[in-house]
Amino acid sequence: MNNQEMRGSPPTPTPQTRLSGLWRVLSLPMLIFLSIPILALFLRISPPSLLENLRQPDVLQAIGLSLGTTLISTAIIILAGTPLAYSQARGQFRFSRMIDTLIDLPLVLPPAVAGVALLIAFGRRGLFGGVLSDLGINIAFTPLAVIIVQVFVAAPFYIKSATLGFSNIDQELEQSAALDGASSPQIFRFLTIPLSWSALLGGGMMSWARALGEFGATIIFAGNFPGRTQTMPLAIYIGFELDLDIALTLSVILILLSFLALFIARNVLNRDWMSG
Amino acid sequence: MRGYTWIFLLLLAFSSACRGANDARSPSGETLTIFAAASLSEAFTEIAAEFEASYPGSEVAINFAGSQQLAQQISHGATADIFASADSQQIENVIGIGRVNGGSEQPFTHNQLAVVLPGDNPGGIFEFNDLAKPGVKLILADASVPVGHYSQEMLERASTQTDFGDQFKEDVLANVVSYEENVRAVLTKVVLGEADAGIVYLSDFNGAQEEDVQMVAIPDEINITAGYYIAPLNDSHNLERGMEFLKLVLSPKGQDILTRHGFNLRGQHE
Repeated sequence: MNNQEMRGSPPTPTPQTRLSGLWRVLSLPMLIFLSIPILALFLRISPPSLLENLRQPDVLQAIGLSLGTTLISTAIIILAGTPLAYSQARGQFRFSRMIDTLIDLPLVLPPAVAGVALLIAFGRRGLFGGVLSDLGINIAFTPLAVIIVQVFVAAPFYIKSATLGFSNIDQELEQSAALDGASSPQIFRFLTIPLSWSALLGGGMMSWARALGEFGATIIFAGNFPGRTQTMPLAIYIGFELDLDIALTLSVILILLSFLALFIARNVLNRDWMSG
Repeated sequence: MRGYTWIFLLLLAFSSACRGANDARSPSGETLTIFAAASLSEAFTEIAAEFEASYPGSEVAINFAGSQQLAQQISHGATADIFASADSQQIENVIGIGRVNGGSEQPFTHNQLAVVLPGDNPGGIFEFNDLAKPGVKLILADASVPVGHYSQEMLERASTQTDFGDQFKEDVLANVVSYEENVRAVLTKVVLGEADAGIVYLSDFNGAQEEDVQMVAIPDEINITAGYYIAPLNDSHNLERGMEFLKLVLSPKGQDILTRHGFNLRGQHE
């Protein structure tokens, strides 16, 4: 994320850029390797059959559920993650390094571990299962379970990006605004958020893309029920054995959505959004 | 000092890699790869141990998953010597793509369906009919999994019986909260108490702790007898060994292990 700023200025010819021809050639194998599977998917399915599969109720249900749950989970991540990111960026208190590690943890945990952990915490027999069922809240096998999984696995992307964005703001700016009489919410609303806008939106997009692709923890914690917990990745996994075409269709859509999210996160927002 | 450590680690990695390669090639230490239905997990693990004991130096590696998943892996080129499926359909699928010769498949055991409940029976289920009670949380295997389509077939049969009524299947399916990708996932979630009931194989009860689960029998007249089939893959490099394994499965010893794990109950084994 640090090189975001560097990319903005046009490169000046240096010995480094003259070497770039060789570097480009050397980078081809990896680039080709990364593109081939994606390309193969697109080549395997013809646009007409893609459109035809799109009309299947199961496919539509999965897309609808995926979009609905990921939008909610991304909103939760932003609402609840922003304060955490801000306090991580500003306060260097005793546990901040430990908290940092904790935030990173879902990034490296195998999804199966996340699924089992969530089941043990929020399942019917889990740590909070009794309390929740007394309150009449039932999580397992509902869209709520899908959202909880997505928040758990995708939040770190937003929080990390937002923390970095907040840290890059010159603290003197906030201090001088405070001296001029701006209240703390005013500073956050009119100074901090605009200055870190691209990091926030970029992080949100990354989180959304991760939530969209979530599979392993979902099938363990939320189960698989069309229209209720069967998101696109689950429909691909289950559909793969019944009807490859449905799996291909959903895969193509998922790739397009993920690409869009990453593209927005990486490029559009990295241009000097605010000054433009 | 640091450099030596690295060299040492590299040598270690290299030597173990070589050893791995030798193992795979040496004739006495051939690894037999078995693809087996998830429900066979305990029984086949035991049969494999038996096989390794009677052929010293041989190794059996078993890939347990839903039969439909195994068939899919095989049709996409996975290397295997033997395929043991929980139904005939998946064997036919791999015959269809030409990796198993038609006619080489053999029935080797059979299984029945049963209802599994968490030990404390939170759904208050005492007989099979109770599955249709509103509010019961039921887990089935997905229809793509053998046990899943057997479950659907069984419910279909129940609906044609006057004891249950033609609404029965619909009412039961309305209670389903999840369609899992293999039978063990159904069992695990019921053992964890996440659902009130699940439909699994009778043999699955032998894998579960007794205090964790209860069983409700499915009436004989609607229960399904699931025929399991085993076949060698026609491109196996280990055909002879593979056939030995197959023979062991079919032998009284192998059948005894299967029976001990809850297979072969009721009905005659053809």
